[in-house]
Amino acid sequence: MNELAVPLNHLLFLSGLLFSIGMLGVMIRRNIIFILMSIEVMLNACALAFVGAGAHWGQPDGQVMYVMILSIAAAEVAVGLGLVLQIQRRFKTLDMDQANRMRG
Amino acid sequence: MVLVNLILILLLGGVVAAVSERVSSTTPRQVALLVIVLAFLYLVSELSGLDSLNQLQPSTPNDPNSWLIHFKASWIPAFGISIEFALDGLSLLMVLLTLVLGAIAVSASWTDITERHGFFEANLLWTIAGVLGVFMALDLFLFFLFWEVMLIPMYFLIAIWGHENRGYAAMKFFIFTQASGLLMLVATLALVAVYRDSMGHYSFSYFDLLNTPMAKNTAWWLMLGFFVAFVVKLPGFPFHTWLPDAHTQAPTAGSVILAGILLKTGAYGLIRFTVPLFPDAALEFSNVALTLGVAGIIYGAVLAFGQTDFKRLVAYSSVSHMGFILLGVYAWNELALQGAVMQMVAHGFSTAALFMIAGSLQERLHTREMPKMSGLWQSMPRMGAMAMFFVLASLGLPGLGNFVAEFLVLLGLFQVNPWLTVLASMGLITGAIYSLMLMQRSFQGEPNPQLETKTLTDFGSRELLTMAVMVIALVVLGIYPQPVLDIAQMTIASTLKFGLPGAMP
Amino acid sequence: MTDYIWLIPILPLISSITLMLGSAYLGRSVIATLGVGSVGLAAVLTGALAYNFLHAPEPIHVVYWTWMQVGQFDPSIAFYFDGLTLVMMSVITGVGFLIHLFSSEFMEHDNSYARYFAYLNMFVAAMLILVLADNLLLMYLGWEGVGTCSYLLVGFWYQHSANGRAARKAFIVTRIGDTAMAIGLLVLFTELGTLNIQDLVAAAQAKWQVGDVIPLLICVLLLAGAAGKSAQLPLHTWLPDAMAGPTPVSALIHAATMVTAGVYLIARTHGLFLLSPDAMTVVAVVGLLTSLVAAFTALAQHDIKRILAYSTISQIGYMFLALGVGAWTAGVFHLMTHAFFKALLFLGSGAIIHCLHHEHDIFKMGGLRSRMPVTFWSFLIGSAALAALPLTSGFFSKDLILLQAYQQANIGPLLWVGGLGGALLTAIYSFRLVFIVFFGHANTSPDREIGWRMAIPLILLCALSLIGGYFSLPVEKVFPIDDNQHPDQWVELVSISIPIFGVFLAYLLFLGRQLDPGFLIESASGRWLKQFWYSGWKIDRLYDLALVNPYYWIATIARNEPVDKFYQSIVITNQTLNAALSKMQTGRMRGYIVSMVIGLIGFLGLSLFFVAGAV
Repeated sequence: MNELAVPLNHLLFLSGLLFSIGMLGVMIRRNIIFILMSIEVMLNACALAFVGAGAHWGQPDGQVMYVMILSIAAAEVAVGLGLVLQIQRRFKTLDMDQANRMRG
Repeated sequence: MVLVNLILILLLGGVVAAVSERVSSTTPRQVALLVIVLAFLYLVSELSGLDSLNQLQPSTPNDPNSWLIHFKASWIPAFGISIEFALDGLSLLMVLLTLVLGAIAVSASWTDITERHGFFEANLLWTIAGVLGVFMALDLFLFFLFWEVMLIPMYFLIAIWGHENRGYAAMKFFIFTQASGLLMLVATLALVAVYRDSMGHYSFSYFDLLNTPMAKNTAWWLMLGFFVAFVVKLPGFPFHTWLPDAHTQAPTAGSVILAGILLKTGAYGLIRFTVPLFPDAALEFSNVALTLGVAGIIYGAVLAFGQTDFKRLVAYSSVSHMGFILLGVYAWNELALQGAVMQMVAHGFSTAALFMIAGSLQERLHTREMPKMSGLWQSMPRMGAMAMFFVLASLGLPGLGNFVAEFLVLLGLFQVNPWLTVLASMGLITGAIYSLMLMQRSFQGEPNPQLETKTLTDFGSRELLTMAVMVIALVVLGIYPQPVLDIAQMTIASTLKFGLPGAMP
Repeated sequence: MTDYIWLIPILPLISSITLMLGSAYLGRSVIATLGVGSVGLAAVLTGALAYNFLHAPEPIHVVYWTWMQVGQFDPSIAFYFDGLTLVMMSVITGVGFLIHLFSSEFMEHDNSYARYFAYLNMFVAAMLILVLADNLLLMYLGWEGVGTCSYLLVGFWYQHSANGRAARKAFIVTRIGDTAMAIGLLVLFTELGTLNIQDLVAAAQAKWQVGDVIPLLICVLLLAGAAGKSAQLPLHTWLPDAMAGPTPVSALIHAATMVTAGVYLIARTHGLFLLSPDAMTVVAVVGLLTSLVAAFTALAQHDIKRILAYSTISQIGYMFLALGVGAWTAGVFHLMTHAFFKALLFLGSGAIIHCLHHEHDIFKMGGLRSRMPVTFWSFLIGSAALAALPLTSGFFSKDLILLQAYQQANIGPLLWVGGLGGALLTAIYSFRLVFIVFFGHANTSPDREIGWRMAIPLILLCALSLIGGYFSLPVEKVFPIDDNQHPDQWVELVSISIPIFGVFLAYLLFLGRQLDPGFLIESASGRWLKQFWYSGWKIDRLYDLALVNPYYWIATIARNEPVDKFYQSIVITNQTLNAALSKMQTGRMRGYIVSMVIGLIGFLGLSLFFVAGAV
């Protein structure tokens, strides 16, 4: 087991911090662009945890998962931005509180 | 293969009928009639060669080879599910009734339906196919499948071509039948599990599942699952409330199918499955069932009397008549069972005819409310005479089929429970009250000046012909019911051994 | 020789069906020929049958086919013909033919001529099946069949809802009795294993002792059926209302034939009744009470047909009295003579109504003696027979009943006194009718005299009413021979003189006016009594309050389906839950995310707490 320059706990702490920031952003931002960006932050937080953990145990799986998350994120952004464009056209706004057609 | 072909004819015929609307809007109904006649002739020609039918050999329930026709092909062997159809006396009667009433229903839809003719006739044929499957399937999984198959096209018939409140009625019909059908599915699966525990392998075949050993408590719950499913369909008190809405809102052909055939699947299920599969539990339960039957007879009759809607009144009269079937089944002796089967056949005709008359009235008057009718005999004497005939049949006039049925049921029940019989025979009086009231409020009384008598056309030859079929059927059933009794006897004689051992006289 | 017996009921049936199918295409003369001719032909065949039977009086039993066979239960479509059947068939086809002939003129201008004869022929067919049936189930077929035809004919003029009401009442009230009878059939079959009348009487006599409980039960149930059909207490209320039908119908169905079906039933099953002396006593008491109640009611009526209707109820009460005291032959004898003279009276009243523009109120008639001579004489003869004046047919039969009632073992003299009271009242009300309608001032004038098709039946029935008492019934093999001693001379003398006294009283009261009961009628209690009798002892009112109104009330309350309220409550619960839960769907994405996060944190926290142990 190789010794890392940075302890795993620090990495996990950073990853958790990034994830919380992203989640907070998703929860409190109203602009959908910012929500998407916050989601990206959350995804990257997870990726960071994977990479760190992979390095910690000397396994390649961490990097494999990182590549996978990267591709999923790319796909998600593509779909997400498409939706953003549609929302912008339909509602003439990017404020998600305005796009509340699905209320009960 | 005969039985599979029969169902295939109808299923494919439905597709043809749906497509044939491209030719013209009148083609579908002709196609539908042709398909039913074809199926009928096919069945009759195949049956005429059977020795066992001519000799009226009784069929033993647990020996499929003794049945008239038996077909079995593997389907999902891992779970012991197969495509298994069989025909015995009871099934045969029901299948014939279904085909005849199917043709009558097509006739009833002749001018009644004004849009989407093709899809309508297709749904009609698919419903009939489903009902045939129910009457012939003897694999419990397959049975459940057909139970659902007949439900969905019927839902469409009500929901698309029904009257003003069709959505509500169709949904109510669907939910009642579906929910109770799921109870049956659960009970079926549990029964198969119990079977596997004792036999070591799965089987959904009726012939295997008979005589499955099980704990008393288990049998009781499983029996209840089947009972509720079939009594909702029958419908028995207090599960009948879907029926008045569904009947009232359905188009005429739908009501004919619904009252004439679909209700009989409930009765058929009780005779075929509930009692033979769980004889001890059914015996224990018989007093409850008999009480429900009597309650249904009287409750249905009183409520029928209170209605102002022609169709709704007839619908409640069905509730009352179905009570007799429940009595016949749970008295479980030869007389009562014969009466129940007779009631299934006779009620099929008498109610179908009354619904056709109701439909004809609605077509002409654009209302079903009896206070807006009155004195219609004056302008439509033929229809009046027909209504009078079927009203008399429905109140149990001797010499017509319904009397034979009701008398046999009462006679059989009397040997089991005299006091309930006395209560049930009150149905003869209450039946007379609502039936005659129906006649009075619609066809008798002073002719209503608000109805322009000129526009009221009497029955034409198509309608008279359809009515004549049912009149003749009821008269024959009334004065010479022996062929029907003999065919039913093939099933009843042997099935009796399987049920309610304590109730045997 | 008797192969054609099936033709007798079939002929009117075929005619009826033809008339129904062809009503739109047949001319009036064809309709009349078919309708009257078929019954006439049946009468001729019955005559031939009677000729054979009187020469070789052996019962005939013909089985056509097994109706239904289920296990032990195998009633047949089969006819049994003996002396009793012959009497009934002769009355049905003979009197029936005369009434059909009368109808062909009476109904001539009605729009539904064919429908009328179709129903009437159907009735004759059903009635013949009733009396020919060899088993009780087939008899029940005829029994319900005649009830149905009665319903159809009472409500013949369906345009008036009052007629429909009367028809329904007739059907439903008799159905109550019929249902009791059906239960009786269930008991009979369950106990004896057969419904064949001859077999079951033999089996019953082998199985039970005189005085057993089950025969009593069966007899009471059969009696209820008979009481419904024959309009006896307490099921008699339908008959006066049934007069809403055309008058010849009242003559045929509600006087001569159908209403005597109950008498026939009891006479036919007398072997059962002999097993239960208590039931016999009940029959006698019901008959006597009915005859008295109806006679008082008849005294207060204004409507000519209602008077005759109550008189019919009263006379059938006499027949029941006869059956109850074991005077089977006398009961059937009175059935026959009553058929003659009551048909005569009804047809006579029909002639009056026909010629007086449908006037029913006797106080609006008067003085018709000279203007309608045929009708007057037939009415006079009919009333004399009804009042049982000596040498008329009614005298012989009623006298026989009274004398045998006197000899009944327990309460004989009491029954005799009651019967005499009834006879006195009968004489008074029947001659009240004659004196008011045919004598005194003319209040309306007839616009025509009757034609030959109405006159001939009247004349023939007059003859029958006069000589009918000399017929001897070929029933000695049907009924046990009664070996009664002839009672004392004075009993007979009193029985004979009471009706004469009654007629004299009626003369004093209604024609000579020597007696003026005005002070009695005008007194408060007198007026109340008159009203009480006029309303038929308020029995209708009682039934309305006790049965009819509650039934309407229940039906009105229940018509919106109380059971469905339960299912509705499920629906309402779901809808309420739905409304509450859907408020949480705000449509704001942030809200959803916050709740997701809260849920996630909560879930993770819980799983840490439980899975990983205390954190």
